[in-house]
Amino acid sequence: MSEHLKTNNAVIKWIDHRLPVFSMMNETMIDYPAPKNLNYWWNFGSLAGLALVVMIVTGIVLAMQYTAHVDYAFNSVERIMRDVNGGWLVRYIHMNMASFFFIAVFIHMFRGLYYGSYKAPREILWMLGVVILLLMMATAFMGYVLPWGQMSFWGATVITNLFSAFPLIGESIVTWLWGGFSVDNPTLNRFFALHYLLPFVIVGVVAVHLWALHRFGSNNPLGIEAKGPQDKIPFHPYYTVKDAFGVGVFLLAFSGFLFFAPNFMGHPDNYIPANPLVTPAHIVPEWYFLPFYAILRSIPDKLMGVLAMFASIGILFILPWLDRSPVRSAKFRPVYKWFFWLFFANCLLLGWVGQEAAEGLPLLLGRLATAYYFIHFLVILPLLGVMERPKPLPVSISEPVLKGGGALAGAAAKPMEKA
Amino acid sequence: MKKFVLTAAAAAVTLSLGLGTAHAAEAIKAPSKSWSFSGVFGTYDQAQLQRGYQVYKEVCSSCHGMDLIAFRNLADLGYNEDELKALAAEYEVTDGPDDDGEMFDRTARLSDYFPSPFPNAKAAAASNGGAIPPDLSLVAKARVGGPDYLYALLTGYEEDVSADVLQSIYETETHKREVQYAADLEAYSVKKAKYDEAVKTDSSLKEPKMPEDPGPVESVEDLGLPDTSSFNAYFPGYGIAMAAPLADESVEYSDGTPATLSNHAADVSAFMMWAAEPSMDQRKQMGIKVILFLLVFTGILYAAKRKCWSDVH
Ligand code: HEC
Ligand code: HEM
Repeated sequence: MSEHLKTNNAVIKWIDHRLPVFSMMNETMIDYPAPKNLNYWWNFGSLAGLALVVMIVTGIVLAMQYTAHVDYAFNSVERIMRDVNGGWLVRYIHMNMASFFFIAVFIHMFRGLYYGSYKAPREILWMLGVVILLLMMATAFMGYVLPWGQMSFWGATVITNLFSAFPLIGESIVTWLWGGFSVDNPTLNRFFALHYLLPFVIVGVVAVHLWALHRFGSNNPLGIEAKGPQDKIPFHPYYTVKDAFGVGVFLLAFSGFLFFAPNFMGHPDNYIPANPLVTPAHIVPEWYFLPFYAILRSIPDKLMGVLAMFASIGILFILPWLDRSPVRSAKFRPVYKWFFWLFFANCLLLGWVGQEAAEGLPLLLGRLATAYYFIHFLVILPLLGVMERPKPLPVSISEPVLKGGGALAGAAAKPMEKA
Repeated sequence: MKKFVLTAAAAAVTLSLGLGTAHAAEAIKAPSKSWSFSGVFGTYDQAQLQRGYQVYKEVCSSCHGMDLIAFRNLADLGYNEDELKALAAEYEVTDGPDDDGEMFDRTARLSDYFPSPFPNAKAAAASNGGAIPPDLSLVAKARVGGPDYLYALLTGYEEDVSADVLQSIYETETHKREVQYAADLEAYSVKKAKYDEAVKTDSSLKEPKMPEDPGPVESVEDLGLPDTSSFNAYFPGYGIAMAAPLADESVEYSDGTPATLSNHAADVSAFMMWAAEPSMDQRKQMGIKVILFLLVFTGILYAAKRKCWSDVH
């Protein structure tokens, strides 16, 4: 290992011989060979990582001032905003970075969908990503409960109540989740404990996610494997500088919200202290849950709604086996490309439906969009795998597309089909 | 209590699942107003905040508390320490227990928070016909529209709004009633047909009642608001349990600003915005610096990226 480490520093060499951390860092971040044609959609993984670090750092600082008790939580957050030095900044960073974390992760996932990054041999890498998404959702949901505003309380009440839909054991699950007979102090306490814990679980899963990534390296916009050294470049300096530039743009957009509209993505009702006796007119979750919330509400049966909502994420786990097309990148899939954008628009539609009252037109659109969401995965993708005729694939990342290479495309695709 | 919460929770779920039809009445949207603190470079106007504080103190504070604001916070409004001490000294607060175990009253200090007008929520409701005047510390962030909404609300009583606004409310409400009436009629005709069929075999059935035409809304009376509430064009449902708190000449300003309803409402709304977000000025100033820095930083990184990548392709 340490042969590859270019250093003259005796201390580093001494340590690395016994504990090869420097070699490992070198292999994962410096010399790590990456395809040379990655576009800017590949920036969002590192941006999500940055967001995770920012969340943990600001979260720990908040936790030093926060009080997880129904009588004090709301005011302790307001004390952070008013009396703790720089407290408003830390709290607004934590609030807004949660949203930007989801933005980065959603883009990261759509990137994966477009370029077929979930296909062999990266299925486990993709599935680990879905695990991260689930953990993030749990973390964000419980974090939103902590300031103990009206939306905190009622959001927690509505979402935990979903589990009561399960026959026989439902009610007991809800009581167990609450630690009592309603959302109350025990609920707040356990949510705080878990909200502190889960981000570190996410760090662990991210580490495994990267481990799986480094097994075969990144996919790329062409969706073909790098053939040799001419197709690759070392991560540093090429992608470190590109990622750093991405960080600059990301932070610019983030600062726009942080400093000039910090409550834009929040809900005004959460500045009203939680009151179990007053139900808000509309209970809406944070924006990043809206598409899933729309799926939940579009099904008239509560249990089926809950199952559909979980299935909408669960289905991503089996995506690598639903999409049978041997070609990864939508660049070479003339029909899938259209369905990708349709699916994307459908997700936006679900998001819009999620914030409307479930009646009339939104309800109808929500039902259609929910049906389409599952049709995309269960019908369209399997059919496309068989029926679509992909465009010819380039021979390698460095070489241009060969004209009339239909047969070649098939040939290039063969090994993957078997994998 | 537990039972109640469970029921409420179940109700909330039903509501959110779209099975219920209950729908909060919407009010009209507050027009956006230009504030000294609007926009990227906007800052609070200290003179306005001082006037707003005066309105709050002389009018609103008899019903509304501001639990999160301490006298020391008023330094933001431009008062010096002596002025602040004098302001605090106008109030009595309860402290203790002293060495004899007795609670005692003393004049307020800078570290004390604004005293509440009522000892508890029940007392507040009892004095206000059952409605509780909300704490105003965060109200500017707790309502859609923020200070625009607050200004619209305070100037949105029947005598104060324009005929156009009233007319548009009448029209939307008339329309809503027509839609509701049509739906009721349809439901009625279905019920009636069923009844006509069933009554042949069972004469003891009750005939369904034909819904009454609610008629158009042509005045505030036609809205049918409860007696305890006043019409307000911007309050959800139009009936608010707070009688118009402000009018021209409600308070006398010492800085020569005309004592109009509009000025009172704007000043106290600005004051409530400050109370909800005291760090806004600081936040925007920092934001401008951070964004300028990031622009330069990102520009340099872009150049570095271009340079670094020039040998690839
Ligand atoms: C006589 C007591 C009284 C006075 C004086 C009073 N209010 Fe109110 N206020 C109330 C009550 C009661 C409510 C609750 C109304 C309701 O829920 O229908 C209320 C509600 C409000 C609301 C909340 C409206 C909403 O959207 O829920 C605001 C804002 C408000 N008052 C501002 C003020 C301001 C500013 C002043 C001073 C200029 C003031 N009030 C003076 C009694 C008062
Ligand atoms: C995966 C990373 C994380 C996500 C997505 C996340 C998300 C959130 C969200 C959405 C809120 C509510 C914000 C608000 O409206 O106030 C919140 C609050 C909070 N979080 Fe996190 N968080 C993360 C990590 C952490 C960590 C690691 C800690 C501390 C150890 C932490 C501590 C807190 C505290 C104390 C609050 C309450 C204070 C507040 O409301 O601002 N968070 N979090």
